[in-house]
Amino acid sequence: MNTEEFVINIGPQHPATHGVLRIEAKLDGETVKDVLPHLGYIHRGIEKMSEHLGYKQSIFLTSRMDYLSAHIYNHACSLLIEKACGIEVPERAKAIRIIMDELQRLTSHQLWWGSCAMDIGAVTPFFVAFRDRERILEIFEANTGNRLTMNYIVPGGVMRDVLPNFVSEVRRVINEVKSNFKDYNQLITGNFIFRERTQKIGYLTKEDAISLGCTGPVARASGIECDIRKLYPYGGYDSLEFNEIIDYGCDSWARYKVRMEEMVQSIHIIEQLLDNFPEGESRTKLKGILKLPAGEYYQRVESARGELGVYLVSDGSAKPYRIKFRTPSFSNLGALKVVGRGLKIADLMATMATLDLIIPEMDR
Amino acid sequence: MNKEELKKYIGEHFSGYEISESFDFPELNVPKEDLLKVMILLKENPMTSFDFLFCETAIDRNPAFEVVYHITSVKYRHNLVVKSIVEDRSNPEIESVYSLWKAAELYEDEIFDLFGIRFTNHPNLRRIMLTDEHVGYPLRKDYQDDRMIVK
Repeated sequence: MNTEEFVINIGPQHPATHGVLRIEAKLDGETVKDVLPHLGYIHRGIEKMSEHLGYKQSIFLTSRMDYLSAHIYNHACSLLIEKACGIEVPERAKAIRIIMDELQRLTSHQLWWGSCAMDIGAVTPFFVAFRDRERILEIFEANTGNRLTMNYIVPGGVMRDVLPNFVSEVRRVINEVKSNFKDYNQLITGNFIFRERTQKIGYLTKEDAISLGCTGPVARASGIECDIRKLYPYGGYDSLEFNEIIDYGCDSWARYKVRMEEMVQSIHIIEQLLDNFPEGESRTKLKGILKLPAGEYYQRVESARGELGVYLVSDGSAKPYRIKFRTPSFSNLGALKVVGRGLKIADLMATMATLDLIIPEMDR
Repeated sequence: MNKEELKKYIGEHFSGYEISESFDFPELNVPKEDLLKVMILLKENPMTSFDFLFCETAIDRNPAFEVVYHITSVKYRHNLVVKSIVEDRSNPEIESVYSLWKAAELYEDEIFDLFGIRFTNHPNLRRIMLTDEHVGYPLRKDYQDDRMIVK
């Protein structure tokens, strides 16, 4: 029988890409021979726009990059500005920031958990994940005024102090989330079909992960220690106790396990801060227009997907000369090409789900 | 090695090149002809072992371009910035580092798309974000777009 390779386009509007990404897959029957990603469907030119805005203004654009890690993006930019200008942040603001970051990581991993299961064919987890995520979004909404693009963490601290019931509310919600992990494990972790679809599939070796510049849970599932919170502690993480989750499985299942464990660690971090929640100011007053001393700065934080780097070149004026966001999804996208080769087309989707790619963050 | 030790070590082993430092990292300035040679040394040397390219970008220092490589070592976790200047604005070209780090493929696609710097020996250089028909390179300082950029 005469056979030949053919190309199919997955996306840009495809339920499994979770955004506008087009993947050109070269197929031989059902087997994927090559994967070529096409980006740019949501390219807004945030780096160019930032060159025309003041430092305090451009932070608001960063929430739009990774819509599941808005707090963490704001945090990264604020840390960079504080580092460059030598601004001290009150202890209370530091604690609020870390609690918000970790709550954000929880929501992000919850949404990933639901959508990953949905990509593999289980619809119920999606609703379970959204039910739990909603509780945390309610905290965000009450304290920051927004659910998705918070713009809450600003240079000098946080926009406004948290509500008086913040500590008790967060404690209630994380206890709820903690008790719901049982459901997560019953629904998916112990599920035979899910394991069959992820174990020994989507293999990313440690060497490839290093060469491709992978970070975050994707790299940690391939045995690389790369948690920025541990390696280069920032914003108060050095005084907290938590484990970096490493797995040597290198497959989709390992990436799943790493994220599940990370959720537990996030809760552990939040609990420590809630026990000693500092009193006092939540924001240092700053001048209206900030000017960074001329020079080059790099600030990295651990977003829900990996190392987020902000590289800023300042010429001493009130606007950045050049700003570059090193986004984790953009680097992790390279892994899709490597792990995709040789997979069946249905497994390509399942593997992509475990890479947890966020499209607006790649396109910027 | 920490920042000071690394700066000293690099200064001793790459004495032919200019060393400086940014706020966070030591910086090595390499002419673009020697770039690949130096990068191979930095990667292969067991004392530095820079095996992880975590950020590659360009800066438009009108008229020249700077291509900036942020590299780190998974083993030692020290960081270095390597910079190379590309002068020819009408036809900027520099060697690709794809042979050392696969991560460079997407980074260089992006730099080519937004700055118009060509990378030789790149496996598949393409406009990754904008359409192939797009005129101009948006992140250049002299980019003109009357419709989208408000003066």
